[in-house]
Amino acid sequence: MEKLITAYAYIGEGKVVVNKRLIFFQEKIVTFAEFIKALYKQEQISYPKFYKMDSLSKLGFMSAELLLRHENTGRFKTGSLAVVLADSSSSLETDLLHQESIRNRSAWFPSPSVFVYTLANIVIGEICIRHNLKGETAFLISEKFNAAQLQALVSELLDNDRAEACICGWVDILGNTFRALTVLVEKAKEEPAGTGFTALPFSEASLNELMNLTETRTWTN
Amino acid sequence: MKSVYVLSENIVSSLGFTTDENAEQLVSGISGIKMHDDLNLSPHPVPLSLVDTSRLESKFQIVLGQYGKNQKPGYYTRLEKMLILSITDALERSSVKPENDKVLLVLSTTKGNIDLLEDRFTAKFDHKRIYLWALASVLRDFFGFANTPLIISNACISGVMALIAASRLLRSGQYHAAVVTGGDIATEFVISGFQSFQALSPEPCKPFDLHRTGLSLGEGCGTVVLSMNPAEDGNDRILLMGGSVSNDANHISGPSRTGEELSLAINKAMEESGLYSEVLDFISAHGTATPYNDEMEAKAISLSKINEVQVNSLKGYWGHTLGASGLMEAAALINSMKTNRLFKTLGFEEPGVSERINVVSETIYKPVNACLKMASGFGGCNAALVFQKA
Repeated sequence: MEKLITAYAYIGEGKVVVNKRLIFFQEKIVTFAEFIKALYKQEQISYPKFYKMDSLSKLGFMSAELLLRHENTGRFKTGSLAVVLADSSSSLETDLLHQESIRNRSAWFPSPSVFVYTLANIVIGEICIRHNLKGETAFLISEKFNAAQLQALVSELLDNDRAEACICGWVDILGNTFRALTVLVEKAKEEPAGTGFTALPFSEASLNELMNLTETRTWTN
Repeated sequence: MKSVYVLSENIVSSLGFTTDENAEQLVSGISGIKMHDDLNLSPHPVPLSLVDTSRLESKFQIVLGQYGKNQKPGYYTRLEKMLILSITDALERSSVKPENDKVLLVLSTTKGNIDLLEDRFTAKFDHKRIYLWALASVLRDFFGFANTPLIISNACISGVMALIAASRLLRSGQYHAAVVTGGDIATEFVISGFQSFQALSPEPCKPFDLHRTGLSLGEGCGTVVLSMNPAEDGNDRILLMGGSVSNDANHISGPSRTGEELSLAINKAMEESGLYSEVLDFISAHGTATPYNDEMEAKAISLSKINEVQVNSLKGYWGHTLGASGLMEAAALINSMKTNRLFKTLGFEEPGVSERINVVSETIYKPVNACLKMASGFGGCNAALVFQKA
C-alpha cells in the first residue's frame, strides 16, 4: 500500500520550516538554549515539563510539537501512532554533563535528573507522554541521516498494520550544532485538508529532499 | 507468515564466554555478582557482575590471530573485544557469511564505549569511538560485513528490540540473515547514575522477592544469529515467531503503574505468533529486582492472563547488563528450549509482588517449546518476543 508524508517539521541552520512554511528564523544562533527558548515563546507553547528536559529532548519535543500542531491525532486509534527516530550523537550532549559531575571525587555529584537523559530514546518517551502515544517506538543510531533504514523499518510497521501512522525522523544535537526533521507518515487516504502542503510519497528520496530543504532553497515567509 | 530461524547464539559474561559455559553456571545456581572495590568504578564497594579481564584478553588475542588482523589488541576497547568474541563464537556455529550482501549486522547498546569519556582513556583511543556508529564500524570492519549496520539504542529493551527489528527486516525480504549482537560495560558512568537514583541493591539483587531492594549492575554481550533458512544439521529448530513494542506514555524513569502497556505488547506478540497463551511453557522476564519494575511485570503477566506460566529472571546471575540483557537472556532462553530445562530465579525466596505469578525457584526439567521474552526500560518502553520450537 502506498504511504505518504502528510506533514513535516524541519529545524536547522536557524530556520524552522513546517509544511513548506518558514515559521521562524534566527540569522545568528548564539546557543541552542536561546534558540529553542525563543521558538518555544514564539509558538506560545505551554508545557512546564519542557524546562526539565535535556537539549535532545527539547529539540525532539519541539519538532514533534510543530509537526502535530494542526493535526488531529485523535483520528488515530490509541497505540497506532508509532515513533521512530534516529540520530548520530546518541545522548552524548548529556553524557558529557553526567561525566563532568563525577570527574572529581571531591565534587562528586551525579544527578538522577541528568542521568535519566543519558539514553537517546528518552526523547521518544517525552513525545509519547505529551501526545499519549502507546504504540511502537524505536531509536536508531547512524553516522549520517540514513533514510533507507528509517524507510525500511517504518514501512514494515505500516505495511503489517503495527501502526496506522508514524512520526519518523532525525533529532541530533551536540553543543550548538543541531538539526531535526520529523515527518508524519500515513497510509494513503484522501488528501489531508488545511495544511497547504501536498503529500509526498514516503521514500528515501522524499526524506533526503526534506532533510536538505534549507540547503537547496531560499525561503520567504 | 515466513519463518525466522535461530541458527546460533552466544553469551559473554562474568560466568563464561559461551552459552554452554554460562548455562553450566546457571543450572548450578552460581552467581557472577561479586563485591568489587575498584575506585575506577565506584567510590564505595558495590556488587557487580564483571567479565574476567585476563580471560577476555587471552581469548581476544587468539581471535585476533585467527582473523589475521593487523591491528594490535590495544586498538580495541574493552566492549569491542567482548562483542568481537561474542560474534565470533556465534558466527562460527552458523553458516552465515558476513560479507554476503544479504546479511545484516544489528547492534544493540545503551552506552557503547562510554568509558572513553574517562580521563584515563581519552588519550588512548580516537575520540570518535565514543559514537555508537563508530563502535558498529569497528565490528563491521573486523568481520567484513557488507552492509551498513543497524544500531538500536533504546534503553533496557534494546536487545529485545534488536531481535524484533531484525526479524521484521528479514521477513520483509531485505535480508536473508542477521547477526544480532548487544553489549554494554560496567562503568563509573552507569554505576554512579544508578547510585544517584538509589536504585542499586547493597547485596546481589533479588528479583520478584519480597525483600528486593533494587538492581545489581553487570556487563556482558549476547549474540543471536537469525536466518530465513533453517540450519543444515537439522537439530532442534527454534523459530522467532513474533514481537511487539509499546510505550507507557506515563513517566520517563518509572514504569507504568498498571502494566497495561507491557501487557499490550505481550498480547500483540502472542497474536502475531498465532499462539494461544495456554501453550506457553515459559516466560523470561526482565526482573530487574527494583520494587516498581517487578511489580509492573507481575501486573502485566496477570493482565495477559498468563499467571500460571513459569517465569524467571536471570538478573541474579549477571546483574542488569542494560543493552545486552535482552540478547543474553534470549540466548539463555534458547538454551532452555534446546535442553528442556528452566533456570531458577537466583535471589528469589519469598513472593513479593501483588499479583500471583509462577516464579521458577528451582531448576525445572520439562519440555520447553513456546516461550515469551519481555523487557521494559527508561523512556517508558516495553517489548515482548515469542520463540517456538518447530
